[in-house]
Amino acid sequence: MKRTGAQIFVESLKAEGIDTIFCYPGGATLNITDALTDISQIRQVVVRHEQAAVHAADGYARASGKVGVALVTSGPGATNTVTGIATAYMDSIPVVVFSCQVNTMLIGNDAFQEADIVGITRPCTKHNYLVRDVKDLAKIIKEAFHIAESGRPGPVLVDIPKDVSSALGEFKYPERVHIRSYQPTYVGHSGQIKKAMRLILHAKRPVLYTGGGVISSNASQELTKFAEALSIPVTNTLMGLGGIPGNHPLFLGMLGMHGTYAANMAITESDLIIAMGARFDDRATGKTDEFAPHAKIIHVDIDPTSISKNIKVDIPIVGDTRNVLMHMLKIIEDEKDTYKQHHNIAEWIKKITEWKDNHPLTYQKNNTLKPQYVIERIFELTKGKAIITTEVGQNQMWTAQFFKFLKPRTCLTSGGLGTMGYGFPAAIGAQVAFPKSLVIDIAGDGSIQMNIQELATAVQYNLPVKVVILNNGFLGMVRQWQELFYEKRYTWTHLHSPDFVKVAEAYGAVGLRIEADNDVDGILKQAFKNNRPTFIDVRVNPEECVYPMVPAGASLKEMLLV
Amino acid sequence: MRHTISLLVENEFGVLSRIAGLFSGRGFNIESLCVAESLDPTISIMTIVTTGNDAILEQILKQLNKLINVIKVVDFKEIDYVSREMILVKVNSEEKTRAEILRIVEIFRGKVIDVSSRTYTIMITGDEDKLKAFINLMKPIGIKELVRTGPIAMARGERMLKIKEKTELKEEANG
Repeated sequence: MKRTGAQIFVESLKAEGIDTIFCYPGGATLNITDALTDISQIRQVVVRHEQAAVHAADGYARASGKVGVALVTSGPGATNTVTGIATAYMDSIPVVVFSCQVNTMLIGNDAFQEADIVGITRPCTKHNYLVRDVKDLAKIIKEAFHIAESGRPGPVLVDIPKDVSSALGEFKYPERVHIRSYQPTYVGHSGQIKKAMRLILHAKRPVLYTGGGVISSNASQELTKFAEALSIPVTNTLMGLGGIPGNHPLFLGMLGMHGTYAANMAITESDLIIAMGARFDDRATGKTDEFAPHAKIIHVDIDPTSISKNIKVDIPIVGDTRNVLMHMLKIIEDEKDTYKQHHNIAEWIKKITEWKDNHPLTYQKNNTLKPQYVIERIFELTKGKAIITTEVGQNQMWTAQFFKFLKPRTCLTSGGLGTMGYGFPAAIGAQVAFPKSLVIDIAGDGSIQMNIQELATAVQYNLPVKVVILNNGFLGMVRQWQELFYEKRYTWTHLHSPDFVKVAEAYGAVGLRIEADNDVDGILKQAFKNNRPTFIDVRVNPEECVYPMVPAGASLKEMLLV
Repeated sequence: MRHTISLLVENEFGVLSRIAGLFSGRGFNIESLCVAESLDPTISIMTIVTTGNDAILEQILKQLNKLINVIKVVDFKEIDYVSREMILVKVNSEEKTRAEILRIVEIFRGKVIDVSSRTYTIMITGDEDKLKAFINLMKPIGIKELVRTGPIAMARGERMLKIKEKTELKEEANG
């Protein structure tokens, strides 16, 4: 039986087990849109801007571990996805974006709503395709999902011209994928792992430095076990938060520009860094020449390009972090006695405890409403049982510092690209994946206005996302840099915002406001209890800064403290 | 340092722009690039000459290898190989220089492939040093135009570009 390209598309998604797509229609999507009529096993969430469709698919993917799917129209619909795609690319999130395209005959003619989206997204996708013939459609969809979720995950774009979605073809979904030029390495080299374990056995001041790779390979249990087996302290990158419980005694907090004193000092004094699924980003390392000056470095990563890119590594191990950790745990188990006898880092732990005790994360309490306090209360009131998304800037850093992420896939934040406007649509995506969970976007008054239109989506689909707006009247992080490095010239950073309570109400959502410390618990409880999308406008101290802070270009030990 | 790299890539629409885009996007240099179909029509072979220190070269090789359409990457740094380039040179030919030009072309085993009343168009193949020497000899006579293909390279002896080596390169990255 022949089917149209649009029907083949729908059947392919079903065969792939896709239960949700985030979409926005247009002329070029119409064949597919129509084929999705009454297809109840695929939930179709229509957003208000295509960027949000990709962020929502990304939030869905981060929270659930499944591939997120977005579908948009040609031209501006496609170009609007670019920020979402680049965000997913930088953070290695499996997303498949289907963009529709003008008729094949018109491609290259500057047709109405035509854009070369395959060309535009080439540097920010893991791979992309233009489907030129309906007979290739199912195979390309299969490959797209395979590439997005295997190896180091990432976004894949598939561009489907309108005449391909209307053309007739046979539907046969391939069972397996074989791409001769793409075979990710999952199993770490056993010789390298042995070498690494010898270094770990004799290290006196080891630190585990772990990132998003631990989350994406679902290795957090193994990581925690490994850290506990040898009492090795763990620091996370922003992307790695939740990889080990945030209240674990071996956890040092985040490292880097706004990392904890203990984490940054531990890196600086360490004699062995064990990096797992982290990529030595400049925000984590500070000045690379002075990063971990006394340490040998073991680096486990599924992507060989991440190894020795920024920091020269002594023992590279290409592989899946979970797989490698399991191998390492087995070695410890097999050689229990050796480890008991030779592995002794009690003095190091003592020193780290001193750092932790002497310089905990803190802020000045001065009778104004502090954003850090609000986040501490969110953590306490939810007991950490919430999926948290953030926007970008101060709200993101305070969340990373003061919310103790207890589980993986509960911290959804744009780490690599730093995309303002990410958090709200990502929260919508996470809420669609987990309708019963409490999903909270911790936002700023600047960021929330970059995708505030998604209130309509949240209301339409009754997605009870909570948005806590830490409203300081500034683009706070840029203002902080102006305060510290540009003599307080607050050019461009003072924001006039609308009344967020009224905005929420106008959209049909709930709007609440917090103006003082003693409102915090009551209003937050009220917000978390109601079953509707809710904005909470929190009027925080306007000139609060994020500390500790390592100035740009300085080494990690040069921290500005509270 | 200058390096010659060979790539086996899928002979598909858009592959060249992925590779060129990778070089420009990451700030790597391309001195020359040659590409054409191989014996197997589904595969193209690309020869790229690039410059950079060891760390940059390592990144170039890894990043190329990461592209989905790239089947195999070979750096000729540690392989014994032969490399040849072809140039076309248009030179002034006047009565008093014609014989001299023809003699030099003969010595360099080149060919005059087009003649006009005032020009010779000459084709020469060879390695970099030979071509440089020829160009230097032609300069005083008067080069009007020069076009080069950029070098293509091949390993000496039995060694060949085989498909399965993409995984071998990954093992090397493992030490």
